[in-house]
Amino acid sequence: MWPNKFDYVRAGSVDEALSSITDDGKFLAGGHSLLPVMKLRLDAPEQLVDIGRIPELQGISANGGLTIGAGATHDAIATSADVQAMCGALASACGQVGDQGVRNFGTLGGNIAHADPASDPPTVLVAVGASVNIQGAGGSRSVGAGDFFVDLFETALDDGELITSVSVPDLSDHQSAYVKFPHPASRYAIVGVCVALKMNDDGSCDHAHVAVGGATVKAVRCSSAEAALAGTTVDDAAVNAAAEAVKSDISEWLAGDIAYPESYRQQMAGVFLKRAVAVAQG
Amino acid sequence: MQVAITVNGVVHERDVDPRTLLVHFLREELDLTGTKIGCDTSQCGACTVHLDGKVLKSCTLLAVQADGAEVTTIEGLAENGEHHPMQTAFWENHGLQCGYCTPGMIMASAAFVRDNPGASEGEIRHYLEGNICRCTGYHNIVKAVKQVADAAAGA
Ligand SMILES: Cc1cc2nc3c(=O)[nH]c(=O)nc-3n(C[C@H](O)[C@H](O)[C@H](O)COP(=O)(O)OP(=O)(O)OC[C@H]3O[C@@H](n4cnc5c(N)ncnc54)[C@H](O)[C@@H]3O)c2cc1C
Ligand code: FES
Ligand code: FES
Repeated sequence: MWPNKFDYVRAGSVDEALSSITDDGKFLAGGHSLLPVMKLRLDAPEQLVDIGRIPELQGISANGGLTIGAGATHDAIATSADVQAMCGALASACGQVGDQGVRNFGTLGGNIAHADPASDPPTVLVAVGASVNIQGAGGSRSVGAGDFFVDLFETALDDGELITSVSVPDLSDHQSAYVKFPHPASRYAIVGVCVALKMNDDGSCDHAHVAVGGATVKAVRCSSAEAALAGTTVDDAAVNAAAEAVKSDISEWLAGDIAYPESYRQQMAGVFLKRAVAVAQG
Repeated sequence: MQVAITVNGVVHERDVDPRTLLVHFLREELDLTGTKIGCDTSQCGACTVHLDGKVLKSCTLLAVQADGAEVTTIEGLAENGEHHPMQTAFWENHGLQCGYCTPGMIMASAAFVRDNPGASEGEIRHYLEGNICRCTGYHNIVKAVKQVADAAAGA
């Protein structure tokens, strides 16, 4: 299958990308979501602005938190010692994306701009309160991950706006994990749960971050599950309570299909929350 | 658009329609038909090649994105007339039946063992999730890859 015909522009800088993009154009990063979509004629942009070689979008830097360039690949994030140290759940989520070929070329910016509800990285970004740094013709802005993901394949990006990087807080003093139930054929998440626990010296949980994706139209922060863990020793009773709470946290956002209906995914969110807590606690 | 792509050590300069996928470039422009198209939806891995040493599904990248890069296909894996150890191992273990998935399997496995000498059977099975075989049931494929992984680790 061939994609539709389009004009191709290779941008050398963010400014060039922003000034080149037309109303019917799309940015092209790794192409690992956009090209399959174009081959299936689910989309037919008239112009592609290739941002894959823009130096400003590359790289991962650690300075009191992580700044991950939009062009960083899943593999680069999964294998980065800085990401592993500061946000282990994000390294883990990126390492569970698709297969090695996808991880070698798919980028974080492309993944979150595409906003597939079955994606892995968004769940971690929403859980830990990351922010998405965006540049447009009119200037730059930063949007919290929780506000960035709006609905199924829908984000807060306006036409012609470019994600330049994602800022992730330093959670090296948290225990974090991302655990997914991969679809047996596609490997996308049927359910994905991220948990990050900040434990006190006395063995109690200072606070918890919890988010669920895959089961929902977008990644959803789960505040009642977080409340069920905070202040406890994260014993069985607390984890069971959190697993119940998570089901109500996601109830208004549930997604499903004929093979994995909403009620099943809702149930699995509780199961995978327990697994994520266990993995986080090592 | 004009591109210069090095394939199996030879630079190829061509004027391509931007919508040309790398797999079309290899098969139709260069007549390198060892690289197969299976699913054409980025799932099966039949089209796997190496781009600057990294495993890539060549049905999921435009040729213009590979401009200036080095591509290795199954035709370029042998060196000095000698099969790559992964090719030999697939031969010795009969890691194929119809052979359609084989170029992609070998390209993916060769990169995997290069990066993970001594990989376990479980790691091999997990890694090969991006490559689908409709014939073999995978056992002999995994045996072949394990043989090379063991040899690479000096086991
Ligand atoms: C076989 C297969 C399996 C997969 N499995 C998984 C999985 O298990 N989990 C998972 O999370 N993902 C999975 N993916 C998706 C993968 O993560 C994609 O690589 C990723 O979603 C897209 O990144 P990209 O760089 O390829 O973006 P592209 O395909 O180039 O772009 C995707 C969209 O984002 C836009 N875009 C890209 N970069 C920017 C930017 N910087 N600013 C604004 N807009 C931008 C594009 O215009 C386009 O609309 C899979 C993909 C494949 C092909
Ligand atoms: S043909 Fe490319 S992955 Fe199947
Ligand atoms: S040998 Fe036939 S598809 Fe693998």
